[in-house]
Amino acid sequence: MFEVSLGHYLTLGAIIFTIGVIGIFLNRKNVIVILMSIELILLAVNINLVSFSIFLQDLSGQIFTLFILTVAAAEAAIGLAIIVVYYRNAGTIRVEEIENLKG
Amino acid sequence: MLAHAIFFYFFSFVAIISAIMVTASKNTVHSVFFLILDFISISCLFIMIGAEFLGMIMLIVYVGAVAVLFLFVVMMLNVALQKNQWFKSSETSTHIPVGLIVSLIIFFELIIVIGGWKYKPDIIKNFSDSLISNSTNTHTIGSVLYTEYVHLFQISGMILLVAMIGAIVLTFRKREGVKRQNYFSQISREKNQGVELVEVKSNEGVKIDV
Repeated sequence: MFEVSLGHYLTLGAIIFTIGVIGIFLNRKNVIVILMSIELILLAVNINLVSFSIFLQDLSGQIFTLFILTVAAAEAAIGLAIIVVYYRNAGTIRVEEIENLKG
Repeated sequence: MLAHAIFFYFFSFVAIISAIMVTASKNTVHSVFFLILDFISISCLFIMIGAEFLGMIMLIVYVGAVAVLFLFVVMMLNVALQKNQWFKSSETSTHIPVGLIVSLIIFFELIIVIGGWKYKPDIIKNFSDSLISNSTNTHTIGSVLYTEYVHLFQISGMILLVAMIGAIVLTFRKREGVKRQNYFSQISREKNQGVELVEVKSNEGVKIDV
C-alpha cells in the first residue's frame, strides 16, 4: 500500500486514458472538449512511458515522451486551426450540428 | 517512503478528479482550467519520480502554450457556455451506454494487462548502463538526445515548423476593404508615377485630383 510501485503509475495512466476515451465518446458539447480529451489520452501515454523509463532505468522512454510532447503540441495547434476555420464557415462547432459528412 | 506514497496519492487523486471535470464540466473555460490543473499535478508526479526535465518541459509546453492556446480559441469562438451536458441529452442518448461499456472494457483490459505484467528478469541488466549515475536528469537526457536521437530531434523540429505553417495557412484569409502593404508595388514605383510637376499660374491655384 505505502510502497509506490510501477503498477500504481500504470494504473493512474489507465484511469486517465479511460477518462479521455469516455470524454471522446460521450461528448455532446463542442469539438474543443474532444481535443482536450485527446490531450488527456496523450498525457496518459506519457505517464506510462516515464514510469517505465524510471523503473526500468532506461532513458529512451523519457526521450520518446519528449517527442510525443512535440507531436501533441503540433496536433493541438493544427486541430484548433481547423476548428477556427470550421467555426468561421459553419457558425457552430457543436458536435450534434456538425453533420456535413452524414456520419 | 511514506511521504512519497502520500504525495503520490494526493497528486494522482487531483489528476483523476480534474480529468473527470475536464470532460464533465458544463463550461468549456472551466474544462481548460481543469486541464491545466491536471497537467500541473502530473508534472508534479514526474518531478517526484525523478524525471525533473520532463516535468518542467511539460509545465512550459502544456500549461504555457497549449492550454493558453485552448483558452484563446474558446474565448475567440464564443462557445464557452453550452446548453447540454453529455449525460443529459435526450434525443441522441442511445450511444451513451455503448460508449460507457466500451470505455469500461478498455479500462479493465488495461488493468488486466498491468496485473499480469512482470519484469523479464534479464531486461533490467541490459538497460541499466544507459543511465549515468552521477549526473542530473537533464544532463543524461541531453547527452542521449543530441547524439543517438539527433535525427528524431531534427524531425520533430520539422514537425513543429510544418504545424506552424499549416496553422497559419489554414486560418489566413484575405478580406475585402482592408488596406495592406504591397511591398512589390511599393518598391517598383517610379518617379513619373509618384511625382508630377505642375505649372501653377498666379491667382488661379491648382486643381488636385487623386
